[in-house]
Amino acid sequence: MINLTVDGRKVEAQEGQTVLEAAKIAGIHIPTLCHHESLPPYGACRFCTVEIKQSGETKTTTSCTLPVGEGMEVATNTESVIQIRRMLAELMLARCGESEPIIKLAAELGVHKSRFPYPEVGKTLMVGKSDDCILCGMCVRLCDSVLKIGSLAFEGRGNRRKVTTPFHEPSEICKLCGSCESVCPTGTIYQRRITDQEPEEIPFEFEQGLIKRKPIYMLFPQAVPRVPVIDRETCMNFKTEGCKICEDNCEAQAIDHAMLEEIKKVKVGAIVIATGFDVFNAEEIPRYGHGRFPDVFTALEFERLSHASGPTGGKILKKDGTQPKSVAVIHCVGSRDVNHQVYCSQVCCMYSLKFAHLVKEKTGAEVYNFYIDMRATGKGYEEFYKRLLSEDTNFIRGKVAEVTTAAVSPKEEGKLVVVCEDTLLGMNRRIPVDMVILSVGIKAGKDAEKVARIFSLVFTADEFFREKHPKLAPVDTVNDGIFLAGACQSPKDIPASVAQGAAAGAGALKLIDKGSVVLEPITASINEDLCGGCKICVSNCPYSAVEYDLEKGVSVVIEELCKGCGTCVAGCPTGAAHQSHFEDIQIFSEIEGILR
Amino acid sequence: MMPEEIFEPKIVGFLCQWCSYTGADLAGTSRMQYPPNISISRVMCSGRVDPTFVVKALAEGADGVLIAGCHPGDCHYNEGNYRALRRYPMLINLLDQYGIEKERVRLEWISASEGEKFAGVVEEMTANLKELGPLNWKGRSAEYCKTA
Repeated sequence: MINLTVDGRKVEAQEGQTVLEAAKIAGIHIPTLCHHESLPPYGACRFCTVEIKQSGETKTTTSCTLPVGEGMEVATNTESVIQIRRMLAELMLARCGESEPIIKLAAELGVHKSRFPYPEVGKTLMVGKSDDCILCGMCVRLCDSVLKIGSLAFEGRGNRRKVTTPFHEPSEICKLCGSCESVCPTGTIYQRRITDQEPEEIPFEFEQGLIKRKPIYMLFPQAVPRVPVIDRETCMNFKTEGCKICEDNCEAQAIDHAMLEEIKKVKVGAIVIATGFDVFNAEEIPRYGHGRFPDVFTALEFERLSHASGPTGGKILKKDGTQPKSVAVIHCVGSRDVNHQVYCSQVCCMYSLKFAHLVKEKTGAEVYNFYIDMRATGKGYEEFYKRLLSEDTNFIRGKVAEVTTAAVSPKEEGKLVVVCEDTLLGMNRRIPVDMVILSVGIKAGKDAEKVARIFSLVFTADEFFREKHPKLAPVDTVNDGIFLAGACQSPKDIPASVAQGAAAGAGALKLIDKGSVVLEPITASINEDLCGGCKICVSNCPYSAVEYDLEKGVSVVIEELCKGCGTCVAGCPTGAAHQSHFEDIQIFSEIEGILR
Repeated sequence: MMPEEIFEPKIVGFLCQWCSYTGADLAGTSRMQYPPNISISRVMCSGRVDPTFVVKALAEGADGVLIAGCHPGDCHYNEGNYRALRRYPMLINLLDQYGIEKERVRLEWISASEGEKFAGVVEEMTANLKELGPLNWKGRSAEYCKTA
């Protein structure tokens, strides 16, 4: 421990720490332009200059490069220190007259104008509007030593020194991470001039791509546990083995890039399949304009838009930032459609009504609901529908033909026109609106087939998992101990999913509580006297339930493993293998009975 | 004059309990129409269908036999249907040697959700068998014995 004082406050610092770090511990702010936690001190900007008194001597020096010493007295705010900073500000203002961060910093020090003329330097490859580079080298050092890419370097000496790429050519090795842009203290460096590759923004999946995210991010606001995750696909560490700036920043040291995903084997007695659903891709119906017109939203996009924790903080806004004056909600997008999904997705009517209500409440806009049939079948649902009817929401019964921007009258100019048939009026209509919400349906999960293979589940025609019996066993599957819950079995709303989940849990508990398993009564057996020991049954058995007894020279069925398919019985050439309840003689009698 | 009696073939179906039997059940509960010529015997798996069952059915007077199981990869017992798939060509080969047309014994994959397919297969098979005419096992075997 080294004791020193910063502006009169006593500070205990570790050996090897700098005065700047010690000041930070004391809670004293020292302005810096070229300091970064992940980089070694560089001392380029000189803004962190402080006055040091040690063993009777007084000197002014940069605090970022000075290690702490016992008994040091540091003054960060003396007249001479401020004088130095003002001079620095003036010099920088002369060079970076257009850089907003520099103008702001200078203004804080009371400097608004520079006495020095703007120096004539040739334009560098990277700079934006003017040459606002202060040559702090943050971008060069970060790209080189932290990110381990090295697409930038200093060139020239003295007043010809500048940051550039090799041979002033667009960099081929730049990984477009944007670190140089984000770290530049003057906001000068412009990534697009470093390389001619096009940077790819990372859409925030949970926000339906309405906003962008970083490679390290919170999955969604209510995530449990509420810890950030790192996206391996975009994190620079997985591309260059460098960076790890987040590790340096994490005080709890909770980030470990070397951590790998683990596959754990767990023995269980019951399984609940609750793999959920996917949403119908609205772009499969191109005439509804999703992806072509910015103000055509899918239900999930609108859900984020209207949510208080969403990208707009719950404000319903068009892509241009203005409030819509009229909104169309198109029901049954992909559902009840012979070209896509023939079934009803069951939840869309109600969430569409919710959207209509929210739009009306938050914006006062005119709302049009285009529906085929209104299916408000749950508890309190019909009442909600009635409420919407009384809220002056427009309900138009008919399927929407298309959403278009091709105006045929002045009032349609600049609007999205919903072309539809009004089956109650018996006419075609064109309704101009500002925003369109597509109530997309529910479909089976993309990986449903994979899940089905793993657990030997059976599909219904629409790829939802089949329950054991639609009425008497809606939670069980044909495999004992495997239960279904939620929308992986069929489209259903939250109350129904919760109910089925609870039932599946109870089904699993029933097995666990019992502690024993009832075996299938239908199993195979082998008559030792007849068995010739050919082992056909051993190779036939998919469960390895038939073993060959070397001593006796016959095959033996392990009853606990046998699932009773009878494949070995059919394969037995000597008739030694039997299947209880499905004996050859029983089936023969059955055939005789059928054909009598 | 009595109208000529229309030949109604008799079909015995060996359907696996998990897919095809459920599929046939679905055809029934969905009120699908299909010829009543088929009589179904439920087995646990298409792999349980011993070729002797088929021969027995034909010998007892069936004009055709349908073996139906889960689609490949979907077998409740993982691979029972593959065994059925392997045994089927051997059986057909054998029947062929006795002069029994291969159209009379059919192997189909019918999943639990394919009620429509089941109805379609039965319809098709009935039509085919009507065209082929009765199997006449006893008559044929008598003739076979004479020539042999």
